[in-house]
Amino acid sequence: MDKSIYAKNDVEIAWCPGCGNYGIRKIMLQVFNELGIPRQRLVYCSGIGHAAKAPQYYDLSYFNGLHGRALPVASGIKAANPDLKLIVESGDGDIYGEGGNHFIHTIRRNPDITVIVHNNMIYGLTKGQASPTSGLGMKTTIQVDGVCETPLNPLLLALTMGAPFVARASADEPEKTKEIIKAAINHRGFALVDVFQACVTFNSTNTRKWYKENTYFLEPGSHDEGSREAAMAKASEESPWPLGIIYRNETKKTFEDNLAPYIAGDRTPLYKRSRKSEIVRRLLEEKR
Amino acid sequence: MPNKISEVSIVIAGEAGQGVQSIEATLAHVIKRSGCNVFAVKEYMSRVRGGVNSTQIRVSDRRRTSYVEKPDIFIPLEKQAISRLADRLQRNTMIIGEAEKLDDKRVINVDFTRIAAELGNPLYRSMAAAGCACGVIGIGLEKAPDYIGEVFAKKGAAVIKSNIEAFLAGYREGRKIADSKKYKPELNRVATVEKEILLSGADAVALGAVAGGCDSVFAYPMTPGTSVFTALAEYQHKVGIAVEQAEDEIGAINMALGAWYAGGRALVSTSGGGFALMTEGISLAGMTETPVVVHLAQRPGPATGLPTRTEQGDLNLTLYAGHGIFPRIIFAPGNTRQGFELAARAFDWADKFQTPVFILTDQYFVDTYYNVPMFALATKSLKKHIVETTGDYKRYALTEDGFSPRGIPGFGTGTICSDSDEHDESGRITEDLTGISLAMKNKRMKKFAALQKAALAPELYGPRKYRSLVVAWGSTLNSALEALELSGLKETALLHFSQIYPLHKDVAKYLQQAEKTVALENNETAQFASLIKLETGIEIRDRILRYDGFPFAADSLAAELKKMFRARSAVRHSWPNKGE
Repeated sequence: MDKSIYAKNDVEIAWCPGCGNYGIRKIMLQVFNELGIPRQRLVYCSGIGHAAKAPQYYDLSYFNGLHGRALPVASGIKAANPDLKLIVESGDGDIYGEGGNHFIHTIRRNPDITVIVHNNMIYGLTKGQASPTSGLGMKTTIQVDGVCETPLNPLLLALTMGAPFVARASADEPEKTKEIIKAAINHRGFALVDVFQACVTFNSTNTRKWYKENTYFLEPGSHDEGSREAAMAKASEESPWPLGIIYRNETKKTFEDNLAPYIAGDRTPLYKRSRKSEIVRRLLEEKR
Repeated sequence: MPNKISEVSIVIAGEAGQGVQSIEATLAHVIKRSGCNVFAVKEYMSRVRGGVNSTQIRVSDRRRTSYVEKPDIFIPLEKQAISRLADRLQRNTMIIGEAEKLDDKRVINVDFTRIAAELGNPLYRSMAAAGCACGVIGIGLEKAPDYIGEVFAKKGAAVIKSNIEAFLAGYREGRKIADSKKYKPELNRVATVEKEILLSGADAVALGAVAGGCDSVFAYPMTPGTSVFTALAEYQHKVGIAVEQAEDEIGAINMALGAWYAGGRALVSTSGGGFALMTEGISLAGMTETPVVVHLAQRPGPATGLPTRTEQGDLNLTLYAGHGIFPRIIFAPGNTRQGFELAARAFDWADKFQTPVFILTDQYFVDTYYNVPMFALATKSLKKHIVETTGDYKRYALTEDGFSPRGIPGFGTGTICSDSDEHDESGRITEDLTGISLAMKNKRMKKFAALQKAALAPELYGPRKYRSLVVAWGSTLNSALEALELSGLKETALLHFSQIYPLHKDVAKYLQQAEKTVALENNETAQFASLIKLETGIEIRDRILRYDGFPFAADSLAAELKKMFRARSAVRHSWPNKGE
């Protein structure tokens, strides 16, 4: 039971006991409490998977769509109403696997959204197959000889596509992760937070203990988050994996800024705009 | 030459990049502004340069709005254009062009290349050809200079002047030919035509969407669906339309759903192959009861098929797209006015019925244009079917008719929860199979009944008391009407459907009144006749089917109709039947 006005408490949560998702939910509720975003302005998008069920457990508007398709739905929502605060919360399989093409192009598009990816390096809902971020050699019921495909590095990929905010956090480090997510939400433009999280049922390799031993937080002043080159170098590091804000660029124009209805600065959402038949008449008369 | 010629068909053909399209635009506009009815359609190969593309321009003092096979005047710009059009040429077709280059004894020589060279730029060749065509029929001399001035306004006075000179030089050559052949078409000017609008099927759908309040468009380019996307992109700043070229069609349909969810009125425009990718999104629209409007311009498949040709082969795809059971509406406009009106209506119905609405057109429909009287515009302001929510709002509240008032995030104090999983009234996941889950299935089923009740009736053309009935849908309307007129068949009517799903309740009555019915479709399996059988139990066994990538032509279709109705016994018929 969470007293946050953002929490949905009267539903049964479908996650396994001990799942890292609980930690992320708790962090998100604290983030919303501290930022004090009006509930009516917050909208969630997700795809399919255990992480993608997250919106069910907040008392907020959401569009829980199809596997891999959270990001284009989010782009469409921002196109219709740029003033909504939009959070995508989904898993590594959903965003990086099934939704890989959307991930690449949504970063290029740069809508003002925050994308929280629960990265547990395994497929949970389908019961334990490799995910795009599974480490080499991990054995599963499908990858019986071990994963032999190169793991996807989401931070590096995001940087390559020009993402203006890239970070990695951990479900087991609530305080620091909370601050990273707050910064991501406050960032104007596409913000990626890849959150390491243990799957207690299907991933016996990347356990809580493993994450603790294989990650470290960037010390303040040790990394130039304004430099894309430094960010690429940092994002390339593995074993141990760095946690923290890897890159931040506040100067990029957003997708919404460039759309015709808003380009001149009028942010009125589309539903409040009316269509005069006069403009239709004018366009038709141009066909004379 | 026949004594009185009151209409002329002109065909111009050349390689891609030789200006066939600009000739088409020049002729169509100049002729229309001169007070003659004009019709134009292009057929082209899927390439940017080379090949043979052609355009047909019909000029008439009567309203003529369909394609015909036979040209009266043919202007080939390249030698291979003659062999490409060989089947369509008649003994009396006037072939005009550069005799030396074309190497064909039938050619009446006009050296467009020389005219252009004398004006200092080979590009003027196409304007000389346009002028020549106008000259032969004696139309456009007064109106051409202004039109050319508008088209080349940005290129400066020198370019305008040379283009006008090229047109006039061509025109003089055309007059000489007409004089020497004693060719005198009597194309009476109609005063009202000049004031009419001249627009393509694609323009009509795009402007109808604007009239319907379309405020966003998400698409991935695919011929022939791109033309509607392009038109809306052209209007984006004037109207205020959010335009995004998605990474793929899956992205496009999901963006459109996101926009509708948040209060926008989005359109996606695509063709069969792109639409195939969107089908999971259509199912998502069905489950989440999110409105969406899809323009699908058909082309022959399967797979990449014939990218620039026409077909009505995706009716079944549209009808069955998306897993699971949910209602949908399919419009298939038969002419530009219907394209405009149905596109506008699509936005209202999608919003009102909270379901996907399809505008099913094809290459022939979107690329065809002709003059029409100004469309009627709505006098009332546009109604958006959304509600301001309160804290206890439930997106999928169970109601008597199955429709739940639709809230959007940010408008009111409620939360708007939509889920691709089966959900309860508030939109949250449920697996309560015999309880709310079943209630939601029944809720969606109730919507079918409302949609059926709202369905537009087919339109009957011709005698009310008919013995024979031709059944058509979508883009075949104009060709069917003109073919029936040319055929001289008595007691034969046309029943045309501009809404093909759900079907109007009176369909069976119309069919039962006829002694003989014939299905007319631009596909090889008569998909619409199958749908009619499924819905009414009535089988239309006689069929005229064309599926060679071309639209029905009024002249050859008239001959087919005559053959069909003379035959006593019911026969399955397909067309063209070359090689059978």
